Amino acid sequence: MKNYYFNEDHEMFRQGLKDFLAKEVIPNIEKWEEEQRIPKEVFKKFGDMGYLGLNYPEKYGGTDADFFYSVVFVEEISKVFSGGFMAAFSVQQYMSSPYLFKHGSEFIKEKYLTKAITGDAICSIAITEPNAGSDVANIRTTAVREGDHYIVNGSKTFITSGVYGDVLITVVKTDPSEGFNGISLLVIDRHADGVSATKLKKLGWHASDTAELAFDNVKVPVENLLGDENQGFFYLMGGLQLERLVGAIGGYAGSESALDYSLQYMSEREAFGRSINKFQVLRHRVAQMASEIECIKYFVYNCCKLHADGEYVVKECSMAKLLGTELSDKVMYQCLQFFGGYGYMEEYKMARMFRDSRIGTIGGGTSEIMREIIAKMVIDDKSYAKTTSKSNPISNTKKTDSIKEEKTKSNNQNTTNTKIMSYENTLNAMKEKAASADALGSILKLNFGENQIVIDGTNGGNVVSGDDAEANCTVDVSLEDFTAMVKGELNPMGAFMAGKMKVKGDTGIALKLQSLMG
Amino acid sequence: MHSFYFHDEHNLFRKSLRDFLDKEIVPEIDQWEENGRVSKSAFKKMGEMGYYGLGMDEKYGGVNTDVFYTIILIEELNKCNSGGTAASLLAHSTLAMEHLQKNGNDFLKTNYLKPAINGDLIGCLAITEPNAGSDVASIKTSAVKKENHYILNGSKTFITNGVYSDFMVVATRTENTGFEGISMMLIDSKWEGVSATPLKKLGWHASDTGEISFDNVKVPFEHLIGEENQGFYYIMQRFELERLVLSTGALASAEYALDYGLKYLSEREAFGRPLSKFQELRHRVAQLSSEIESLKSFNYQICRSFSDGYDVTTQCAMVKLLSTELMDKVSYEVLQFLGGYGYMEEYQAARIFRDSRIGTIGGGTSEIMREIIAKQIIQ
Repeated sequence: MKNYYFNEDHEMFRQGLKDFLAKEVIPNIEKWEEEQRIPKEVFKKFGDMGYLGLNYPEKYGGTDADFFYSVVFVEEISKVFSGGFMAAFSVQQYMSSPYLFKHGSEFIKEKYLTKAITGDAICSIAITEPNAGSDVANIRTTAVREGDHYIVNGSKTFITSGVYGDVLITVVKTDPSEGFNGISLLVIDRHADGVSATKLKKLGWHASDTAELAFDNVKVPVENLLGDENQGFFYLMGGLQLERLVGAIGGYAGSESALDYSLQYMSEREAFGRSINKFQVLRHRVAQMASEIECIKYFVYNCCKLHADGEYVVKECSMAKLLGTELSDKVMYQCLQFFGGYGYMEEYKMARMFRDSRIGTIGGGTSEIMREIIAKMVIDDKSYAKTTSKSNPISNTKKTDSIKEEKTKSNNQNTTNTKIMSYENTLNAMKEKAASADALGSILKLNFGENQIVIDGTNGGNVVSGDDAEANCTVDVSLEDFTAMVKGELNPMGAFMAGKMKVKGDTGIALKLQSLMG
Repeated sequence: MHSFYFHDEHNLFRKSLRDFLDKEIVPEIDQWEENGRVSKSAFKKMGEMGYYGLGMDEKYGGVNTDVFYTIILIEELNKCNSGGTAASLLAHSTLAMEHLQKNGNDFLKTNYLKPAINGDLIGCLAITEPNAGSDVASIKTSAVKKENHYILNGSKTFITNGVYSDFMVVATRTENTGFEGISMMLIDSKWEGVSATPLKKLGWHASDTGEISFDNVKVPFEHLIGEENQGFYYIMQRFELERLVLSTGALASAEYALDYGLKYLSEREAFGRPLSKFQELRHRVAQLSSEIESLKSFNYQICRSFSDGYDVTTQCAMVKLLSTELMDKVSYEVLQFLGGYGYMEEYQAARIFRDSRIGTIGGGTSEIMREIIAKQIIQ
């Protein structure tokens, strides 16, 4: 199977990243899981390698690479056997710092974004509150303007990197009388007076620190406001698609990692005199999961491509997040089963993968929230689901097109070599055919380059002439091909599909050639 | 959302095809379901419109088009709510004609492929036997050389278009040894010794499914398709396309079924509001719709890879497995949406449900797909 999304440069980048992770990350994971934090130097090392600014402009220290470098990045950090590690680094680059870049002033970009990219500042996004998750409009943390400052009061919970981090992109109410129209985003220094954090204990994701934050009369300079006041809700909505895509990638990439890990185990472990990868029921289970992973992976690639092309693909991203994270839970459950008792022991990595997966269908909007969104789009607004258009940015299209052109050329050659009817004969034959056919209702011009045939079907019948005239639709076609159509040797619809006719104007008129030819 | 696969030309083709199907095919379907066969005139009309020429040799009346035109044909035929009709009209081209197109000699192409493209002759592909399905190597039908002919004896079963087709592309044994002794031959249904009986089925009522027997049928040498004893490989080479036809069909049917279900949900009221407002049902629709959408995307990407000449053996098995299993799930759920009406023939859900059930069996069962995939990915 050809993968149309990655080129050699992406693969080289992947290899470099893999080597880096194998050297700097994987050997330390157990320690970080134990200590329940990732040392600051690790962020710095990633920054030094340029891994934290993949899609940001060079001006701020970024690499300005295309989005599929990020896809590679998220895939690979999802395969280090630690969901907590993956969480901290995907929050840094894809869930928090994008707001600095997209909505921050030059001041904010210089002060915070550059440091997020070098790894000097660890960033968090603080949205959720004890009583408001996906229901963002109901948050209660307030920011009241006093002179050159906002005074922030309230609390946040489930905040990744909130304990040991540096920068909190905090969602606050600047107009408590409004719902989603009263929300703003503030950049708050984690170390500012009045900000305190309690570390939360979790089922999994042990390497990442998760905080409950309290804001007690925190003074935040007004220049730390992101974008415009009361526009925060819309900024958040604009960031959700990226967040969902990252969740989806984490889902299938983590699943791939678990399945590979299991396949290795199954080839080594013996039972009843043979390795357990020979048992048909286990083989079929592997086949089923591998199929589902492959399917969702390519679906997510497709969504990423649309996202990278600047399309606002809410439905597809929500579907990808839903399917990717649900798949991960299923795969982890079954892979743990392959390991039997060992799957339950911390000596193997399966136990950790199982518990780390469980947050996937919850964080970044639960599966239920995803289904709510999808249902709204599929059931209540069906027209959105049906829209299609044309462009084809997949790199290899060019290749396909040129093959098609070559074929067309050689076909034309063949036709030329058969019988050639003169232009006059064709014109006369067309007159005969058009006279007995239904009126076109519009003017169609067949352009052969040096001469043409114009069929005027606007006056009840069809008047065929060799004189040039204005037409509703012009078809560029070779005289040979058109002659073949008149003689019934070439089907107009087929010629159209094979690219032998180039239509300018209303294509519907050109397709009526089929009826003209009888 | 833009499509990476379909351009303006494709969309126009789809539109005119849809118009044709709604005008010429859909109104006949109930009758065909009743009769147990699609009428010959339907094949003729399809041929006249050029639909059987897609991707076929231009020399014999075909049109050199990319694979996505064929995908459109499969999708739209599967949105007429008759699995049998789609199966019958497509078995002719994607199964029987494909073998002729790829390996047939000029004699066979002139006398059979050309009229097949025009819709004058109907074809079928006959591989399965009462005791050999996916296990192609163990077929028993045999062709023995005698003077200027092969003498063919044996039987075939579950053959779509088997009863009313004009020609049959038949897998037969030309050597005694396993998979290396199989050849493909074109058998004219009019020949002496060829007979067929229709089989009764759970669904797919509009397609004729035949059990065929060959009793000392004289087959001229020029009716051999490709080389002798290469049949197994020819069959294997066609499997990728066959699986893509089936996955594409299943996904289009699933989409059709879900659209139908949605329409019903929005019209039917209970407890004072339309069913489409009940959260439980909405979430079920969201889940199914997500699964269809992701599989469609996967399927198209495989089609592109296939058409660009890459090896997609594993992925074709994967997508055939997932799409047909999904189709069963969707048709089950849609019937549930309709409640008691889902069980009545007056509504479409009953036919959707029974027509779906063959998906995970025909063209290699789900179990065979998993065997293939497992072999590829487990070292």
